[in-house]
Amino acid sequence: MAAVAMSAGMALKSSFCGAAVQQSGATAVAAKPQRVAMFAVRAGGYDEELVKTAKTIASPGRGILAIDESNATCGKRLASIGLENNEVNRQAYRQLLCTTPGLGEYISGAIMFEETLYQSTSDGKLMVDCLKEGGILPGIKVDKGLVPLPGSNDESWCQGLDGLASRTAAYYKQGARFAKWRTVVSIPNGPSDLAITEAAWGLARYAAICQDTGLVPIVEPEVLLDGSHGIDRTLEVAEKVWSKVFYFLAENNVMFEGILLKPSMVTPGAECPERATPEQVAEYTLRMLKRRVPPAVPGIMFLSGGQSEVEATLNLNAMNQSPNPWHVSFSYARALQNSVLKTWKGQPENLEAAKKALLVRAKANSLAQLGKYSAEGEAKEAKEGMFVKGYTY
Amino acid sequence: MAAVALSKSVFLGTGVAESTMFKSTSVVPVRGHIVMTSNFEKTNRYADELKQTAAFISAPGKGILASDESNATTGKRLATVGMDNTVENRQAWRELLYSAPGLGNYISGTIMFDETLFQDSRAGVPFVDILKKQGILPGIKVDTGLQPIDGTDGETATQGLDGLAERCQKYYQQGARFAKWRAVLRVDNEVLPSSTAILENAHGLARYAQICQANGLVPIVEPEVTLGEGDYSIERTAYISEKVNSHVFRLLNEYNVILEGILLKPNMILPGLDVPTPAPEEVARYTVRTMLRSVPGAVPGIHFLSGGMSEEEATLNLQALQAFGPTPWSLTFSYGRALQSSTLKTWSGKVCIAFLTTPPYDPDID
Repeated sequence: MAAVAMSAGMALKSSFCGAAVQQSGATAVAAKPQRVAMFAVRAGGYDEELVKTAKTIASPGRGILAIDESNATCGKRLASIGLENNEVNRQAYRQLLCTTPGLGEYISGAIMFEETLYQSTSDGKLMVDCLKEGGILPGIKVDKGLVPLPGSNDESWCQGLDGLASRTAAYYKQGARFAKWRTVVSIPNGPSDLAITEAAWGLARYAAICQDTGLVPIVEPEVLLDGSHGIDRTLEVAEKVWSKVFYFLAENNVMFEGILLKPSMVTPGAECPERATPEQVAEYTLRMLKRRVPPAVPGIMFLSGGQSEVEATLNLNAMNQSPNPWHVSFSYARALQNSVLKTWKGQPENLEAAKKALLVRAKANSLAQLGKYSAEGEAKEAKEGMFVKGYTY
Repeated sequence: MAAVALSKSVFLGTGVAESTMFKSTSVVPVRGHIVMTSNFEKTNRYADELKQTAAFISAPGKGILASDESNATTGKRLATVGMDNTVENRQAWRELLYSAPGLGNYISGTIMFDETLFQDSRAGVPFVDILKKQGILPGIKVDTGLQPIDGTDGETATQGLDGLAERCQKYYQQGARFAKWRAVLRVDNEVLPSSTAILENAHGLARYAQICQANGLVPIVEPEVTLGEGDYSIERTAYISEKVNSHVFRLLNEYNVILEGILLKPNMILPGLDVPTPAPEEVARYTVRTMLRSVPGAVPGIHFLSGGMSEEEATLNLQALQAFGPTPWSLTFSYGRALQSSTLKTWSGKVCIAFLTTPPYDPDID
């Protein structure tokens, strides 16, 4: 490149200004200045901490253990192994999960339901403290569930914004450092623009409130597995959904370095006759993410949404075969808990074996995050699908 | 709080047969008017070529030479070296640029004005052929200039959508493989840009981009938050640039523009002219942060405009950006004045082109 005299540079600047005025048109209509808009540059009190929390959760070889089932849903889990749905049993189950030694090597965060955030173990130790000691950040589900969306095609929307700021402040005090809000989009029901817009807007409002009170928001618009559509259709819908999500996040001045995503992988519908290999799921999912997710987002923690334990791990592994602009990992509930439940069966004598089973699954997904997982030697049960049609959470 | 059991078979009073429900191209008339549209990318015969073109232009170590000044603007440039604004002088000036030996080592594409795309050298060789030999893709400015938006404080819209498809086809036939459309947004401490201006300019860019892709041209998407007078901070520019980019990408997505087949031409993040020029490292830090927040990785290249920077500043700032890598898109240039200024002065209209152009850097010699 030719060197340049600085005087030429100065001349350029001033002629630029002159040119700009001329270029904007000689016939510009003189206008009343608009009302002053309060474009304050966002400066949240928790910004640095949010970035640090998000980076910690999105650390290499680690992912999230989701144990935030509502009492009703937890009841279903307990029922599957013949246990009654009461607080003692829920405590026993969550205690098993929160006190598994060595779990923090593979798990960076655990999402809890409100009851568990304030619960103690049978020895009187707070669950949040058990997690923290294990090197695991506590998280908290803050949404209040799905309800019918009027004017839509039988779709739903997610409630929970009322009083959210005071709730999140209280959760932060209790030790939570990240939050989660799950909304859904259904392909067989459209999805309608209304449902997508509502899902995206609710997530954006929730995310802004969380960041304001020190919690890293996990942004979760789940494109449900239900349906017989092919993988191309899922890609189309996922792109639409994430486009709106990021647009509204930006409108709400959410700081992208301080959020995490929890997307569904891009797969064919559960009832689609054409299945996809892990490599295809990886290809479609990464394509979607590269088209919609700014690199500033530190971590993408996939949900398993009905895939079998092994399927969820294989798919994650396929996505980590080459470097990505963001940490690509897991936030699994059923795909981490299924074998654990079946091993425990509610019996104290099975506790150690159950904890071991959790470590097996956690380690498998840790390896998948690093792109080093192999399905050889996996148990048959781990390969069973967990899709439930019309699953309600 | 009952959760909703989602049923796939309930469509309110439509009489639509089950078998048509899952075809992605069928219109499903229901309350709420859900329309499933077919994928623009799947039906676009240029889709692969667009992606290849964009990848070529944004290859490592390469950038764009912007030589698309309108005749009027070119006249201003020629006037600074005492030359008249004639078609011959414009021809001679562009011939100098495009014939620089070895230019293709550094330049992957050049944006041209309509007149130039169809012009020949003085020896009668079409410019597009000269460029092809150099390994440089011809591009074409397709907007037809700025127009005031009434009721705003000097804000503008960009014109050029009418008949754009036909023009793109003509340009593609002539050999152009990418296009450019410049949208301009003013910024100040409090009020500018207005939401009206942002929406208008984002819309224009998205429509233009879609039409280009439908006709084989990679669109350079240029939402310029223009450097202006005032003491607004670098933080303010960063914030506004993020906002603008958010609207731009939202609309690009709405129009199904294939992101692997576009290039972005944004401003670097600079404070107002009344604020002392920041060091390259500070410019780079804010610029990369803004890009990381705004630009999905599918976009292959970000080609910064040089507006308001001197030649040296533009290059130093570009260099400083590279320290913040690796990034999913290349961080490179689309420079007009920052590449042409000293060349123009050196030439000053004298005919002996071959001796007056700076020889390309040769590592074996230098």
